Amino acid sequence: MTTRVDERGAAETAAGGKAGAGLRVEERSALATLRHGLALSPEFRIGLPVTLLLAVLATLGKVIVPIAVQQVIDQGLKDTTAPDMVFITRAVLLCAVAVLLTALCGYLMNVRLYRTTESGLASLRGKAFRHVHDLSVLTQNTERRGALVSRVTSDVDQISTFMQWGGLMVIISVGQLLIASVLMAVYSWQLTLVVWGCFLPLVIALPRFQRWVARAYTGVRERTGDMLAAVSESVVGSAVIRAYGSEERTARRIDEAVGAHQAAQTRAQKIIAFTFPSTELVGALAIAGVVVLGVELGVGGAISAGRLVAFLFLITLFISPLQTATEVLNDAQNAVAGWRRVLGVLDTPADVADPGEKGRVLPRGPITVSFQGVGFHYPGGPQVLHDVWADIAPRTRVAIVGETGSGKTTFAKLLTRLMDPTSGHILVDGVELRDVRFSSLRERIVMVPQDGFLFDGTLADNIRYGRPSATDEEIGLAMTELGLGDWLEGLPAGLATPVGQRGESLSAGERQLVALARAYLADPDLLLLDEATSAVDPATEVRLARALDGVTRGRTAVSIAHRLSTAEAADEVLVFEHGRIVQRGPHAELVRKDGVYADLYASWAAAARSS
Amino acid sequence: MPSESEHTSSVMRQGFGVIGHAVRSEPRVFTGAVLSSAVYGAMTVASSWALGWATEHAVLPAFRSGSPATGTLTAAALLIVGVAVLKAAGVIGRRVLAGIMQYRMQARSRRAVTRQYLRLPLAWHHRHPTGQLLSNAGSDIEAAWAPLAPLPMAVGVVVMLVTAAAGIVVVDPMLAIVGFLIFPAIAVLNLVYQRRLSPLVMRAQQLRAEVSEIAHESFDGALVVKTLGREDTEAERFQARADRLREANIAVGRVRGMFDPLLEALPTLGVLAVLLFGSLRLASGGVTSGELVQVSYLFTLLAFPVRALGWVLAELPRSVVGWRRVQDVLNASGSMEFGPAHLATRGPARVQVRDLSFGYVPGAPVLSGVDFDVEAGRTVALVGPTGSGKSTLTQLLVRLIDPDEGRVLIDGADLRDVARGQVSAVAALVPQQTFLFDDTVRGNLTLGGAEGASDEQIWAALRLAQAEGFVSALPKNLDTRIGERGATLSGGQRQRLALARALVRSPRLLILDDSTSSVDAQVEGRILFGLRDGSPDSTVIVVAYRMATIALADEVVYLEQGRVADRGTHEELLARCAGYRDLVTAYEREEVERAALDAGEEVNA
Repeated sequence: MTTRVDERGAAETAAGGKAGAGLRVEERSALATLRHGLALSPEFRIGLPVTLLLAVLATLGKVIVPIAVQQVIDQGLKDTTAPDMVFITRAVLLCAVAVLLTALCGYLMNVRLYRTTESGLASLRGKAFRHVHDLSVLTQNTERRGALVSRVTSDVDQISTFMQWGGLMVIISVGQLLIASVLMAVYSWQLTLVVWGCFLPLVIALPRFQRWVARAYTGVRERTGDMLAAVSESVVGSAVIRAYGSEERTARRIDEAVGAHQAAQTRAQKIIAFTFPSTELVGALAIAGVVVLGVELGVGGAISAGRLVAFLFLITLFISPLQTATEVLNDAQNAVAGWRRVLGVLDTPADVADPGEKGRVLPRGPITVSFQGVGFHYPGGPQVLHDVWADIAPRTRVAIVGETGSGKTTFAKLLTRLMDPTSGHILVDGVELRDVRFSSLRERIVMVPQDGFLFDGTLADNIRYGRPSATDEEIGLAMTELGLGDWLEGLPAGLATPVGQRGESLSAGERQLVALARAYLADPDLLLLDEATSAVDPATEVRLARALDGVTRGRTAVSIAHRLSTAEAADEVLVFEHGRIVQRGPHAELVRKDGVYADLYASWAAAARSS
Repeated sequence: MPSESEHTSSVMRQGFGVIGHAVRSEPRVFTGAVLSSAVYGAMTVASSWALGWATEHAVLPAFRSGSPATGTLTAAALLIVGVAVLKAAGVIGRRVLAGIMQYRMQARSRRAVTRQYLRLPLAWHHRHPTGQLLSNAGSDIEAAWAPLAPLPMAVGVVVMLVTAAAGIVVVDPMLAIVGFLIFPAIAVLNLVYQRRLSPLVMRAQQLRAEVSEIAHESFDGALVVKTLGREDTEAERFQARADRLREANIAVGRVRGMFDPLLEALPTLGVLAVLLFGSLRLASGGVTSGELVQVSYLFTLLAFPVRALGWVLAELPRSVVGWRRVQDVLNASGSMEFGPAHLATRGPARVQVRDLSFGYVPGAPVLSGVDFDVEAGRTVALVGPTGSGKSTLTQLLVRLIDPDEGRVLIDGADLRDVARGQVSAVAALVPQQTFLFDDTVRGNLTLGGAEGASDEQIWAALRLAQAEGFVSALPKNLDTRIGERGATLSGGQRQRLALARALVRSPRLLILDDSTSSVDAQVEGRILFGLRDGSPDSTVIVVAYRMATIALADEVVYLEQGRVADRGTHEELLARCAGYRDLVTAYEREEVERAALDAGEEVNA
């Protein structure tokens, strides 16, 4: 009875359990994150001074109304029975022009802002996307796919709301607060103190409110994730649910998740609803206070009636930025959270990095690979590969066998440089694998994994993924060479058959056929098959194996397989056990010796053959 | 562009239809929200009136007389604060109730949509991409009910506008004319704005979905991208779409950037107009200066809330699209019909397949004229080359899909005549691709049902599936969470759990679709021997390539290109069916040929 967690499982568990392999967690303060985020997109700064100037002008326009009211009341209506119509007309027209100019400034500012921020965010998306692909499989696997996708989609969108509205609103609001304060102080410093006195407690309380709101939103986000996961079970698991008649149970689980989501949303809404009108109330208190004190002051001759009325208008000018501040803070928090997640990707070093320009480009042709004392362990995990020495000669067929969890897949991942060894060296044609440029490496060594992932498109699109320049004729020829001509002809639309999302319109075996054809077309010098034909029928598998051996083309073939027919055909078999190579040599030799291989072979042969 | 405006007006009409549906579903909450909003609206107007009253009766007299009247001044202050308190209460009520309404509608739609997902036949699922169904239940529902958030505010604004208009008319009809000019102007501008904006927003939305799809697919296939060194082309593919999204967003921004300042400027211009005409009216004695202040204040107050009308209109096009998509799911027909027949609960099942044909796409049959019997208690192996229709056949056998032609019978009853839940109570399919729920091991095995299987029964099933060892090594045994957010299991472990899930039900018909492909040969052998010895009450149909599995079968049904090419015992087929022989003896022949080749080489050397 095997109790050991299989290789793949162990890999993921170890990686998932340790932060070491995962995405970097951003630990900067909110302000530092903001600064870092802004610095990442230099596009944001293009023409920023002019945009800011336009923003200031647009804000100044809002002061026009109170000034106009004050001027009209104090100057134009000095004599309440005979208003100075010439003055009033002139003042009103002047203000109207100013308002229109303000609108124009607003328009220009908006257009500039949208262009720079969208450009910045589009390139940020691109950078983050590219970096996700640069991360090692180890790091990629620590994240849920959906979470990784949101880092280049919704997380970036969250930033855009702030950049296009909130960010500028902060500047404008602060400006408006200052301007209003200064004007209020000009009209009456005593009344200004009253206003500030009323608002100071609120300003202190706002961050606390914000924390409540943020916490409530976090709750909503978590429940949203649960809800979507529950819903996705009803879609992704549709076959199993029907096969086992568990519709009601699934419905119950969905109802629970939907209910919890709804409750979290309602809770968050209540918190927002109760904190939001606080500015309104404080504003009313301030106005009442100003009316009372203003009259006292006015009676004493310290302020005119017009000035007092204008002051009241200024208070609304003072309140509105505070009201926006509540919403902006929320946006800002979202943006910082979004940036944190995007930066989390970008700050995570590509632990298996392309040496790039400095790297070596190896010429095509027969390939030699040498493992020299290679060891590997997942971050924080136990050693899964110990001191492996192996030489793979050019134009040979090598089979890797062993029980699940013996280190075969780890060996394959190291050979294709999906991961780097934690000790020892891997040399390709005498060159350290780490020093080979990815473009050169991927041309020479290609792996076909067990789960032949296909992209949504036609069969031809997917096979061509191995060599984008291939014509339909070349693809057809490749299929014939692989002995897949009959299968292809049996498909409704041949090469133009759509494979569906993730290739789901094809059966598991058919997906593996396409994945193999794709790698075959790429024509590498070393082809590594990791259980690549596990779902294919034996006759097709044997045909494929022959075609793929491709000894005549000078290709080296390394195969990992449960089916030991592969090992029988190989020039050399490497037998893995507990992360070590315990036996090596040709099948004929190994099968005669007592040992791991003879046992494996005996049980396989018993299962594969009738007699 | 008449067609476009026609389109817009029909979108608006449908949008109001969607809103109407919500109002009819939640009449009380909606009424409450609108009333709160009306309180808010009335108090917004009242606050200007309170300020006007304070100016007129407390401030100006005090300035004129040179001494403050404490009584009126206190009254003025209380009035201002009291109005604000009511206004705040209105805001709170409106927001809370609008939220409740929106979230209730969302939850209701989600329940309805997922009920459909569970009800509709698997064939319907095959026709609809997973991503689309997920967004139907997610973002589409959100979009459909998005206008409900600003709706009560907008209705409140209408109340407010009417109140304000009445207020101004009372103060001075001449000034009212100015107001009546400004507000329609705002409304018209809003409408033009939304018409210009909505197609652009929808395009951006579409591109956003596309960008997300590319990222999803690309990250899903990360291993392929990496192993074939296609990172650059993937990055280009993504950037190209992201750039189109950028352009779409900028186009949206240009329209927003133009209309937002205009909408803000209009009320301001209104205030200026009020001042100008008000002064004229003041000169002719039509208004007092206090009234003039009151009316101008009203305009500044209205400037912001009037835009709520725009918010509702802005959400409508997206709402309509989301609603339509949700309706497509809700109105999807083609449900699986069930009959009255009941199946026996004990003893192995007898299966008959009669002239069965099926195709996913018309004109491209996957199975044609398939015909065979499985006697009760027998084990039959389904063998055939890759792509010959074996998996499809297993799905037809448990009625996950219905045949285009022909019949599947269990104990003589056509599956289509059998009552709901009866087939799954009798037959268990272990599919090729394992699906585990985000739940405990126990939950994944019993799936809530299995008539309260005891722990002993669960462990017995796990033992038979050779899963007892690793499950007992899990931190919380049967109560360990597995699935996407739980403990990670290998492919072989997952397959063994899926097998145990079928076995715990002691099915009368057990169908295994190559469901041990990720399991070691030794482990598989133990499973198969266990099955043969341990489940005499089951009829077993197994899709297999491995000889050991086939050897366990009493009979073999050999499929080729969707047809039964031959059937009989393994030995019979081996003797007379070339295709079968080629398939199952491929490894042995290869060995023989290689031996011959090696011998040849030795001779040559």
